[in-house]
Amino acid sequence: MATKTSLTQSNISGWGFALPAFALMVTFIILPFFFALWFSLTNQRLISPNPAKFIGLTNYTELLSVGTILLEPERDAQGDIVRTDDGDIKYPRLRNFTRKNPDYPAIQGMQEWFSWQTGPNNEFKRVILAKDVVFMRALKNTFVFVLVVAPLQAGLALGLALLINQKLRGINIYRAIYFMPVVVSIVVVAFLWRLIYDGNNGLLNNLLGAMSFGWFEPVDWLGQTSTAMGSIIAMSIWQAVGFHMVIWLSGLQTISPTLYEAADLEGASKWQTFRYVTWPGLRNTAVLVLIVITMQAFGLFAQVDVMTNGGPLDSTQTIVFQAIERGYGKQDISGGSAISVLLFLIVLSISLLQRYLTRERHS
Amino acid sequence: MTQTYLNNDRLRLFVRYLVLTLIAAIFIFPLVFMVMSSLKPSQQLLIDSGSLRAFLPVGDISFDNYAAAFRRAPVGLFVANSLLITGVTVIASLFLCSLAGFSIAILNWRGKAFVLSAILATLTVPFETIAVPLLLMSSKLPWIGMEGLELGWLNTYRVQIIPFIADGLTIFLFVQYFRDIPKDLVEAARAEGASWWQVYSKVLMPLAGPIIATAAILKFLVMYNQYLWPLMVVQEEGYRPVLVGLQYFFQLNTAWGEVMAYLSMITVPVLVFYLFLQRAFIASIASTGVKG
Repeated sequence: MATKTSLTQSNISGWGFALPAFALMVTFIILPFFFALWFSLTNQRLISPNPAKFIGLTNYTELLSVGTILLEPERDAQGDIVRTDDGDIKYPRLRNFTRKNPDYPAIQGMQEWFSWQTGPNNEFKRVILAKDVVFMRALKNTFVFVLVVAPLQAGLALGLALLINQKLRGINIYRAIYFMPVVVSIVVVAFLWRLIYDGNNGLLNNLLGAMSFGWFEPVDWLGQTSTAMGSIIAMSIWQAVGFHMVIWLSGLQTISPTLYEAADLEGASKWQTFRYVTWPGLRNTAVLVLIVITMQAFGLFAQVDVMTNGGPLDSTQTIVFQAIERGYGKQDISGGSAISVLLFLIVLSISLLQRYLTRERHS
Repeated sequence: MTQTYLNNDRLRLFVRYLVLTLIAAIFIFPLVFMVMSSLKPSQQLLIDSGSLRAFLPVGDISFDNYAAAFRRAPVGLFVANSLLITGVTVIASLFLCSLAGFSIAILNWRGKAFVLSAILATLTVPFETIAVPLLLMSSKLPWIGMEGLELGWLNTYRVQIIPFIADGLTIFLFVQYFRDIPKDLVEAARAEGASWWQVYSKVLMPLAGPIIATAAILKFLVMYNQYLWPLMVVQEEGYRPVLVGLQYFFQLNTAWGEVMAYLSMITVPVLVFYLFLQRAFIASIASTGVKG
């Protein structure tokens, strides 16, 4: 052993060969990462006559502060609830509380995020406020995107992998086709789907119209809040599912054929074979697929940038879109960096959580 | 008995192929639509999208849209920019990352464990989280050019190339590959007096064909499809890559025929390339699965 280490011991060559790549990574990945941490604690701007100042966690509190207030209905002299002409209960205006009102220091400068009716007879209105409502929506949308895409895409990819793992003539052609969208840039794909989703002449509307013999009313898929995010989700899965099909496929191919032969001899059904042979063999692959999808999904940007620009009414705002809009669009490097750091923390904690939940259970 | 059994088998086979084909249609229809539309006048394109004609080369077929796309935007320039940026990055990346991979897999040196763990740690940092600080850094980085020292990397080729040369995944792929190569080969070469550089360039790299192909394909896909970063750092037309060049086609009245022609021009060559090297492409994606 001693001779072997000394044979390959070479501090100068070792460092010399590794240094060019490592120095590049330090400069362009590791350093910017620490800069992001630092900038997020300052008021750094892209171009500014004044030097940046350290402002502590202000950027983070600006992004994340939330508050709540219970609004009581307005009452007239008799104590009856005042209603609008439409019959809706009338509440005092929020800005009376959130602007220059020293009685409510916790919610100064906040705006309504969402609200619901509560209390006896649903007379009261509970309002959840946030300092940065757009960012809150971006946060929520991104989580919805991830929570829908991760299981759906992983599941569909597994289904495709099982389908493509059959021994059939010409199966490679199908595999090649399923994988094809992965090779195409997501930007190109997003432009194509903008036409497919178009509210007037879009392929999707025409297809649904033809299938329902004209009963189907055309929908402006990307133009209304209820369908915009769903449309982006469907397109994203269409583009990336082939990628994860291939990862599942390489996992499937590591399972020993003798296990399948044994299951066959035991007379196991298809489902039993999957449940007791295939699935246990795919454990590590499952963790990997989920982590990769989650990390990719949290980076959601190009689709939104090309298709909706975050709209309509912020319904497709995402974390990265906000980071870029502030850091680059508004040249607010510190605000953009704070969002980037939050994104990193989210991604890190979720991949740690996934690893923990799917850890190998040794008995 | 045998007859029904056979028929049953055939029916099953038919159903299998039917399912496979229907799914294939879902994956391929937007791409067929893109290419067919690029051959049609914008007016006809929109009308055709109401029927199966959208997927067929029927009606007024011509390459007029392609000519119009070239008139509207400097398409040749964008393609040349993308090829230059992608080509230089891929080659530099293969060289520097294989060198680092070799050093980590084969050599022993002080600090190696630290360097390796730092490299692996970068795999958890999505590019999106460093894009904003990297933008500020790039606006201030120095460069020694024709006119001596200059500051700022914005609106250049280098800002699109140099940050992407070294990455954790590429280095890691080489580390794994070189680790699996029998140590006897290295020892024999050293016994004959080969330098470490010769071991790398004469012994190991000639054996690394498959992993070079894998790393090259992954890097090619990342670089050719760059969008967010060039959008942020390149405002001048002269340095724009293909995807940022798309902006030219979305002015007041979007000419969809031209858009489709441009999209086809930047996509179809990659698809053809992919279909020829299909196995290598799929193997390279599968190999990213090793890192778990």
